[in-house]
Amino acid sequence: MENFTPLSALAGGALMGLGAVVLLWLTGRIAGVSGIIAGLLPPGRGDALWRLAFLVGLVGGAAIYRTLGGPLQVLQFTMSTFMIVIGGLLVGLGAGLAGGCTSGHGICGVARASKRSLLALSVFILAAGLTIYLIRHVLRGG
Amino acid sequence: MMARAAAALVSGLLFGLGLAVSQMANPAKVLGFLDIAGRWDPSLALVLAAAAGVATIGYRRVLSRPKPALAPAFNLPRKTGIDAKAVIGAALFGMGWGLAGLCPGPAFAALAFGQLEILFFIGTMGLGLHLARQMN
Repeated sequence: MENFTPLSALAGGALMGLGAVVLLWLTGRIAGVSGIIAGLLPPGRGDALWRLAFLVGLVGGAAIYRTLGGPLQVLQFTMSTFMIVIGGLLVGLGAGLAGGCTSGHGICGVARASKRSLLALSVFILAAGLTIYLIRHVLRGG
Repeated sequence: MMARAAAALVSGLLFGLGLAVSQMANPAKVLGFLDIAGRWDPSLALVLAAAAGVATIGYRRVLSRPKPALAPAFNLPRKTGIDAKAVIGAALFGMGWGLAGLCPGPAFAALAFGQLEILFFIGTMGLGLHLARQMN
């Protein structure tokens, strides 16, 4: 477990939780990123600005971290671009059908003790674990 | 409307900062958690636990109020039951997550690192979300 970073994981997670609380407290909305994006495809009336602002914030928050010289400066992609493209399609399709992703179900839904979200999070991790197991340990790729 | 957008910006900033601090924007870090048979890295579990823990406490306080500070009413997902579509969707999502090591939030935070792969991911993810909307 030489890659385990418990302190930054807890600190980062707490910041994300705080972000979700701020959004619900001020706007009454759930911080589910796939839902926030889906609402822009196409945008509804008078509903696009807060969604765009949240997404700009996501990029901006990470940009602030980078500018301040955080230890993560370059992302590591261990898989081919083809896998990334297929992965994106499955993530979008799956989040759309499941009504949420790791943020909406995994953080906000779990915080509301939603059975649907607890199930979704379990299936996310199980299916992802099986997929990467197949790729790395059966097919010997990635 | 501007006040609500400003609130969403602040929320997004906190969320994006958290994704970078926890290194969840890095696909290799996420795959290090998902690949339990490899050099396992439990960090992602702590990220989720801390985020859901803070949100559980905060949500309870917020939802005890009659309405949000800047909007007329809370807008919460009504569906909390379990159906086949949720399971199939979650399985497809998981397959994509395991292939790319990316999901929607981290993908946007990752844009700040200016690497081309992310644009491909966000492009096809948008297409997938659009397809799901047609099917729903």
